[in-house]
Amino acid sequence: MRYLRYLIPLAAFVVLTGFLMKGLWMDPHTVPSPLIDKPAPEFRLTQVADPGKSIGRDDMLGKVWLLNVWASWCVSCREEHPVLVEFAKTGMVPIYGLDYKDTRDEALKWLERLGNPYQASLFDPDGRVGIDYGVYGVPETYVIDRTGTIRYKQIGPITPEILHDKIVPLLRKLNA
Amino acid sequence: MIAELGSFSLMVALAVALVQGILPIVGAARGNAAWMRLARPAARALFVLVVVAAACLVISFLRDDFSVVYVATNSTRALPLRYKVAAFWGGHEGSMLLWLLILSFWMFAVSLFSRHLPQEMVARILGVMGLIAVGFLLFILLTSSPFERLIPAPEEGRDLNPLLQDPGMVAHPPMLYMGYVGFSVAFAFAIAALLGGNLDATWARWSRPWTTVAWSFLTLGICLGSAWAYYTLGWGGWWFWDPVENASFMPWLAGTALMHSLAVTEKRGGFKVWTVLLAIFAFSLSLLGTFLVRSGVLTSVHAFANDPRRGVFILLFLSIVIGGSLALYAWRAPKVGLGERFELISRETMLLTNNVLFLSAAGAVLLGTLYPLFLDALGLSKISVGPPYFDVVFVPLMTPGLFLMGIGPLARWKQANLPEIGIRLKWAFGVSLITALLLPLALGRWSGLAAFGLWLALWIFAATMVNLWSRLRPLPVSGLVARLRALPLGYLGMLTAHVGVAVFITGVTLVKTYESEKDVQMDIGDTVTMGPYTFKFNGVTNGARENYLYARGAFEVSRNGHVLTTMSPEKHQFVVSKGEPSTVAAINRGFTRDLYVALGEQDGSSPTAWVVRVYYKPFVDWIWGGCLVMAIGGVLALSDRRYRFARSTARDVAEPTLSATAAA
Amino acid sequence: MRRRLLAWSLVVLTAPFAAGAREAPPVGQDPVIEQRMMALAEELRCLVCQNQTLADSHADLAVDLRQEIRELMQKGQSDEQVKRYLVARYGDFVLYRPPLKSTTWLLWFGPAVLLVGGLATLYLVLLRRRRLLAAEPLNEDQEKRALALLSEDEGQPS
Repeated sequence: MRYLRYLIPLAAFVVLTGFLMKGLWMDPHTVPSPLIDKPAPEFRLTQVADPGKSIGRDDMLGKVWLLNVWASWCVSCREEHPVLVEFAKTGMVPIYGLDYKDTRDEALKWLERLGNPYQASLFDPDGRVGIDYGVYGVPETYVIDRTGTIRYKQIGPITPEILHDKIVPLLRKLNA
Repeated sequence: MIAELGSFSLMVALAVALVQGILPIVGAARGNAAWMRLARPAARALFVLVVVAAACLVISFLRDDFSVVYVATNSTRALPLRYKVAAFWGGHEGSMLLWLLILSFWMFAVSLFSRHLPQEMVARILGVMGLIAVGFLLFILLTSSPFERLIPAPEEGRDLNPLLQDPGMVAHPPMLYMGYVGFSVAFAFAIAALLGGNLDATWARWSRPWTTVAWSFLTLGICLGSAWAYYTLGWGGWWFWDPVENASFMPWLAGTALMHSLAVTEKRGGFKVWTVLLAIFAFSLSLLGTFLVRSGVLTSVHAFANDPRRGVFILLFLSIVIGGSLALYAWRAPKVGLGERFELISRETMLLTNNVLFLSAAGAVLLGTLYPLFLDALGLSKISVGPPYFDVVFVPLMTPGLFLMGIGPLARWKQANLPEIGIRLKWAFGVSLITALLLPLALGRWSGLAAFGLWLALWIFAATMVNLWSRLRPLPVSGLVARLRALPLGYLGMLTAHVGVAVFITGVTLVKTYESEKDVQMDIGDTVTMGPYTFKFNGVTNGARENYLYARGAFEVSRNGHVLTTMSPEKHQFVVSKGEPSTVAAINRGFTRDLYVALGEQDGSSPTAWVVRVYYKPFVDWIWGGCLVMAIGGVLALSDRRYRFARSTARDVAEPTLSATAAA
Repeated sequence: MRRRLLAWSLVVLTAPFAAGAREAPPVGQDPVIEQRMMALAEELRCLVCQNQTLADSHADLAVDLRQEIRELMQKGQSDEQVKRYLVARYGDFVLYRPPLKSTTWLLWFGPAVLLVGGLATLYLVLLRRRRLLAAEPLNEDQEKRALALLSEDEGQPS
């Protein structure tokens, strides 16, 4: 049985190959959020459209909602936007925007041009709330439940497939 | 037309490689001399065909043929000539062709310098290399051809990545690949020996020069990469433990272990099977590195564009080559004999301890590089493993090996006498320790780490000198030079390489302990002081060169009141490819220190104000100097008389002469 | 005499201009905090340009996070607290020095295990080898060659 030890290198290599194979289909760049199943961080921000009105995290308790991080300078947001506009029409859940590191003028112009799926957009010009939510790129979207807990984070644009396969089923579950 | 010729040449090359890969190996198994004889001409034909393909690509670049996609994505009309040539390996497809080109070059070299080898051996070696070439040719032709066309052709190309438009780009990848790919020869020797069942000391002797030359190239290649990063990335760093750097470092570590193991096998015929395994490891790590860079599995500064399809192909190829060779090893290895005796305390044991240390180090680097992947694949969490980890883990691992480097060469073969070595080295030990404890004070600030690093370096140097002195003294010649000439080059090469390591350690220790940096806002006339040096900012001028705009800072450097020189760091903004401007730091190099100035961005506080980074880097050039000395050591060792075979005769093949082995 | 007058008058005339040049101020207001921040940022990963440290990256988020760290430090937070702040938002990914947890034991202790295990294996293999070879006596031919070689080796100084 001493011959078995000569198989060790081969065995180790097979295990390694397994991992590498799995790795081919994963994305090393995505940073998963440590906030899943944790309370959504506090915020109180003015609205993009109305600097006089503000919204805070606790105002949102009791409903399931989407927080979509966007900006007028963000190219990928344009890909995602029509999907959100369509989805907003279904009225399944309210969508709120987090306008990240933007100017009010540009933001409003952008929404006017491309449509506004948001109940309201929160104005985060210095990105502080973004940092609290672990935002590192735009667009990103959070699903937050009635108790104010983050249940899911979408990194990158929402495609119809992701909406259909991941987000809608989750929303149904949370709304039940 | 040219591009199609290139493609065609590669297709013919594939056919030749198939012939070269299959027939000689089968022929060797069956004793079919005609098939075995095919190996050399096939290898040479393959080399010519690949050179033709490479030439076609270079010509396409030189002619600005933007109908070739690869040229369009990596060049522009205004690109300087030398970078049009270097753009050959600027992207994934071209770098694969470079891999293949260098592989076929090594094949060609083996076909030339193998007259002393038995025919079955040559057939198997070239056969194995041919099979590897088949894999690469298939990969290139099926997934990564640099000859793809784009109709209609764009007017202008997208330019070579600005970071790559640098002399470093001309030298670093070819050197690196010569090393990386060169280990395929040692690998082929190992597989040939396993296949033939003729694993003995002569096999080790033949393998050694090929391994040493590949190792020397790899040392130079890594050295160039580090030196290039140092001046081009703008913050004076020279090693980041980036996955792709690690991917070249691991084969180097395994290759170093292999070289030392081959010495044991050649001398004692012992641990043959272990040496074969090391040869397989070294090349496997090269292939693994090639995979990691291109598959998208890890994030890296260096990584080429990701494509899971290509990744799957390479992984498949990897599995066949590495899996196949490890399976062959598992099958054949148990049958190999033990070789001759040697004691527990002997040079052989020290060399094998070196193996364990270097392989553990390679294992640690592999672990750190792949760990994020492991955890992510298991769904456990996403972590990052960076310099803080590697620095903490790697240095303690290497330290015992570095200490042994002083003792090993003094140990006798078969049975070493430790107390005797202790006596011979006691002065070296004492002097190096005391000097190391005192030197930091001379450099300004005492530091335990600096003392430790210096001690290791001085210890290695002193022990090496003791060794040299004891060999020089009894020689019946007079005069230092004549005596040095009388020593075998293999021995001198070893000493030189070890001294190179000492120089390297000195550089790393001193730069890490005593470097300093200042980040300041400078307006015209402002000065910043670092130690005895004062830097005065005299503003920035703007201009344009071949394919970029530049902003050039002017700094007057003085030392203790006397003006020393001017330094002109730049920022280059490339017209076509845009993106972030690249930083070209100004470096004032010296034997004992580098002064390093880089422009940051414009401050905004005034139209002429800039953020400037100034560094003082003591002894940093010793890092690359040390690597260079190591590589020279390798070349010296290669040139040893016993590797020169003027003519092949039956006598030469039979047995190495006693005097040659005794002198080593 | 005239040359000296000229020299002095030059000094007097240029003095007001010379006074404008200064010792360049460091970037960032508090040099101590700046140094602490940069030292910590060297160990953190930029999430946007993921191959750079937070200290070296030019990305917007990196600039923002460096500012955030400055402010936290100014408020008196320790390095540990700042790290926890960032990990709470971005996960362990942001640390270049992986934390020691059950999932990273293999990472941190693996190299030492490899080394010790390797040396132990070498030792055992060498012992076993010696035993096996001792059991095989040399035949006459090998014995002669061995003696010849041994006496050659003896003559060498190393």
